[in-house]
Amino acid sequence: MSIFASLAKLDRRWIFLAIGLLVVVPLLTGFHIAPVRPGSRAQGFYDAIEKVPAGATVLLAGDYDPGTIAENYPMHLAAVRHLMSRNVKIVAVELYPGGPPLADRVLHLVGEEFHKREGYDYVNLGFKSGNEAVMSQMGSSIPITFPADRSGKPVGRIPVMKGIENFSQIALLVSISAGYPGTKEWVQQVVSRYHVPMVAGVTAVSAPEYYPYLQAGQLQGLLGGMAGAAEYEVLVKAPGLATRGMDAQSLAHIFIALMILLGNLAALPQRAPAGRK
Amino acid sequence: MHVTTDFGIWISALLTLGIFSFLYKDNPAYKLCEHLFVGVSAGYYVVLNYFSVVRPNLLDPLVQGDGHGGRDFFLLVPLVLGILLFSRFFPKGDWLSRWSIALILGVYPALRITGFGQGDFVEQIHGTMLPLWVAGNPGATIGNWILVVGLLTTLIFFFFSKEHKGALGGAARVGVYFLMVSFGASYGYTVMARISLLIGRVMFLLHDWLGVLHL
Repeated sequence: MSIFASLAKLDRRWIFLAIGLLVVVPLLTGFHIAPVRPGSRAQGFYDAIEKVPAGATVLLAGDYDPGTIAENYPMHLAAVRHLMSRNVKIVAVELYPGGPPLADRVLHLVGEEFHKREGYDYVNLGFKSGNEAVMSQMGSSIPITFPADRSGKPVGRIPVMKGIENFSQIALLVSISAGYPGTKEWVQQVVSRYHVPMVAGVTAVSAPEYYPYLQAGQLQGLLGGMAGAAEYEVLVKAPGLATRGMDAQSLAHIFIALMILLGNLAALPQRAPAGRK
Repeated sequence: MHVTTDFGIWISALLTLGIFSFLYKDNPAYKLCEHLFVGVSAGYYVVLNYFSVVRPNLLDPLVQGDGHGGRDFFLLVPLVLGILLFSRFFPKGDWLSRWSIALILGVYPALRITGFGQGDFVEQIHGTMLPLWVAGNPGATIGNWILVVGLLTTLIFFFFSKEHKGALGGAARVGVYFLMVSFGASYGYTVMARISLLIGRVMFLLHDWLGVLHL
């Protein structure tokens, strides 16, 4: 039996085991392949936040839930760290029902790190059902759309919300998104209508969908998956979860590329006779 | 090694391992975790939606008012329309739900069509109107050519009013190659997404549960 014929009959569980080891071993040993180099998309994300003046207000949409923590949480954390380090005020909203606890965790964690006060420097307005309708209504009035913050405190009594009426007072929209509703809808409903500058951190599986927005200038920057988050962590000089996972990611990618190549080579002898027929 | 004593993390770790056990083969532990996930998720989202949607948006403004004594009785309209949706459970009265569905179908396509028209259709056409010669920047020139040729040939591939023969067939074939590159890029990103999720779970097991990984 040739090597390719035996490969074709390989039990897939060996591949699962190999992937598992390729992920676990680099994490445990600290095995390092190459440094993370930021690309132009992550640089665009970074530059857009750098352009926001201190004291301005940013709308932070955390539209993801625990299912995509591995990808979205590191970029969420890094973005809030970057914003708070620049003394930018944050108004957080979530259009995923599972999003508010994650946004709270990020805001409180980084808020303590930078000695920021809830209500004065940042606020989490929480979840609102309605997808595009919520975005559209925020264009008319953010306080009417979100009359209270996540703890039930009326927005009229929250200092950071003072003067915030609609998107005219928002310097930048930062979307951390796992799918629908998320980055695509924010672009369609807000960027196009109200011309708010926007950056996005998205899951890798959805990233190709947003490249046209980046190319057309509707997005100023884009973080795609864990790799995008790692690039951004390097830019903000705070290597974290994403940077730590990149070596495991790279090894798994090399292995999968090798498996695709070998799989195709193994399938070649089976295809050739069929082609001749 | 510092194994956690947190009961919640132990439950979470055992459920993760239960789900991973499917990679070996289907088994009762996996089934238990799967059913638990479906049940807990459904319960969690029902409670969450009650406290974050129904109560603040409907019940509180109706029962308690806006804090200044005024009650918004207009909210009775969405309340009735919402209740009508449940009429689908009763075959004799299921037609009542059509009024609510009609409202949803009327509002959502309008919102999405206008959003798509402004955000995708017009802006994306504008985004492809690029100079095919950028002085002093050969990279941008080549990139713009690739984008414009890729766009036109891909559009030709989806043009079915004329048989793909001759020049049209050649252009459509080029469009297929652009589509293949696009599918390859999407697949690559999908692989990255799945491996990222695995890394996230492994980090949880090694760091939060077993305490052998220091982040």
